[in-house]
Amino acid sequence: MTDETVRTDALIIGAGPVGLFAVFELGLLDIKSHLIDILDRPGGQCAELYPEKPIYDIPALPIVTGQELTDRLMDQIKPFGAGFTFNERVETIRKLEDGSFYVETDQGSAFEAKIIVVAAGGGSFTPKRPPLPGIEGYEGKSVFYAVRKMEEFRGRDIVIAGGGDSALDWTVNLAPIAKSLTLIHRRNDFRAAPDTVKKMRALVEAGQMNLVIGQISALNGADGVLSGVTVKGPVDGKDAVFDLPADRLLAFFGLTMKLGPVANWGLNLNENLIGVDTEKFETSEPGIFAIGDINTYPGKLKLILSGFHEAALMSQRALKIVYPGKKVAFQYTTSSSSLQKKLGVAPTPAE
Amino acid sequence: MVSVTFIEHSGKTHTVAADLGHTLMETAIKHDVPGIIAECGGACSCATCHVYVDEAWREATGAPNEMEEDMLDFAFDVRPGSRLSCQIRIADKLEGLVVRIPEHQN
Repeated sequence: MTDETVRTDALIIGAGPVGLFAVFELGLLDIKSHLIDILDRPGGQCAELYPEKPIYDIPALPIVTGQELTDRLMDQIKPFGAGFTFNERVETIRKLEDGSFYVETDQGSAFEAKIIVVAAGGGSFTPKRPPLPGIEGYEGKSVFYAVRKMEEFRGRDIVIAGGGDSALDWTVNLAPIAKSLTLIHRRNDFRAAPDTVKKMRALVEAGQMNLVIGQISALNGADGVLSGVTVKGPVDGKDAVFDLPADRLLAFFGLTMKLGPVANWGLNLNENLIGVDTEKFETSEPGIFAIGDINTYPGKLKLILSGFHEAALMSQRALKIVYPGKKVAFQYTTSSSSLQKKLGVAPTPAE
Repeated sequence: MVSVTFIEHSGKTHTVAADLGHTLMETAIKHDVPGIIAECGGACSCATCHVYVDEAWREATGAPNEMEEDMLDFAFDVRPGSRLSCQIRIADKLEGLVVRIPEHQN
């Protein structure tokens, strides 16, 4: 969270590959960018869903992983010094009298920008909610998907569900301040850092926490106050159902994409996608653009390469808003001295 | 082509023709079978194409590998026979395969 309003030319919502490449195309036109992303690092789906998986349809890169593509884009946009705000989600966009936009995140950070570029992909990554009846009523009071303040958990009977890094990290961190802590996982194997798994096993050994193999099948309590969870799992080799006392549940089942606040920004939506024209990739609100997987138009293909193209055309329209009246001749990076200067590369020698 | 049957949580069945070499997830998407989301598009990275393989077919489909087993940790109500349908490849021996779709994917 920042106390001061960040001012920028272009505010890009989403730091996936298309949002990152928009920094490049805008940067060539002297438009400064700032990006906001709910994840803790750049790359979007490429970083979250398939960092190790090869992508085969990026022009001129016969094979590249999601993480490599992200790293290369970060390298490519380095000359433009874009700002980044991670772990925050844009909640509200308001148009100001001078035609610029005021933007606020869920953490209260504030931004002012001349244009907005929505490059939000499939929406915002949000924690998966276990399909337990009535869980919504407990959220934020007894059931959590992240730890914002450790003090919330001091002296509590905590149940942590999951078997990945988040579940294991918080198990190890919260065990010393909990009244009791139980880790519930469906099997006795964990896909987490081996060192953390070892620490967890040592805590179990020392009697400082419990490990239960099973899955939560119900929440017990009333009015948002949790009293315990019902667990299905093997006991002495037989399937059993049993209750565990708990007043805090932390559930770590990974992330899923939800459209989220995009729906509240007053843009014309078409089946949860933002409608744009194919000349400027502008939304129904002048000055707000949508590029990449989040937009739709006749013939739309959800490909990274399409998003790159959309970023380039969007930037031409953005130029007219950010620098009204400025004439810029179209230039190539191979030959333009001014573009090469912006990129910080040595000029091409004259023939 | 082999014939495979998806049974929704409600009991509604979808028997469809599956192309050899495609995945079970791709088969479900191609035939608009509801309840298979496949958010990551088949990269074994999201656990939203979870199915329960009918008991009679568990030997033919085989067991999940380590990566799939890890990803199943992010699915809900995992049972014996739980698989991610993007990791089951259609082959002749799966003629008549029956899988059930869980109530929720995420």
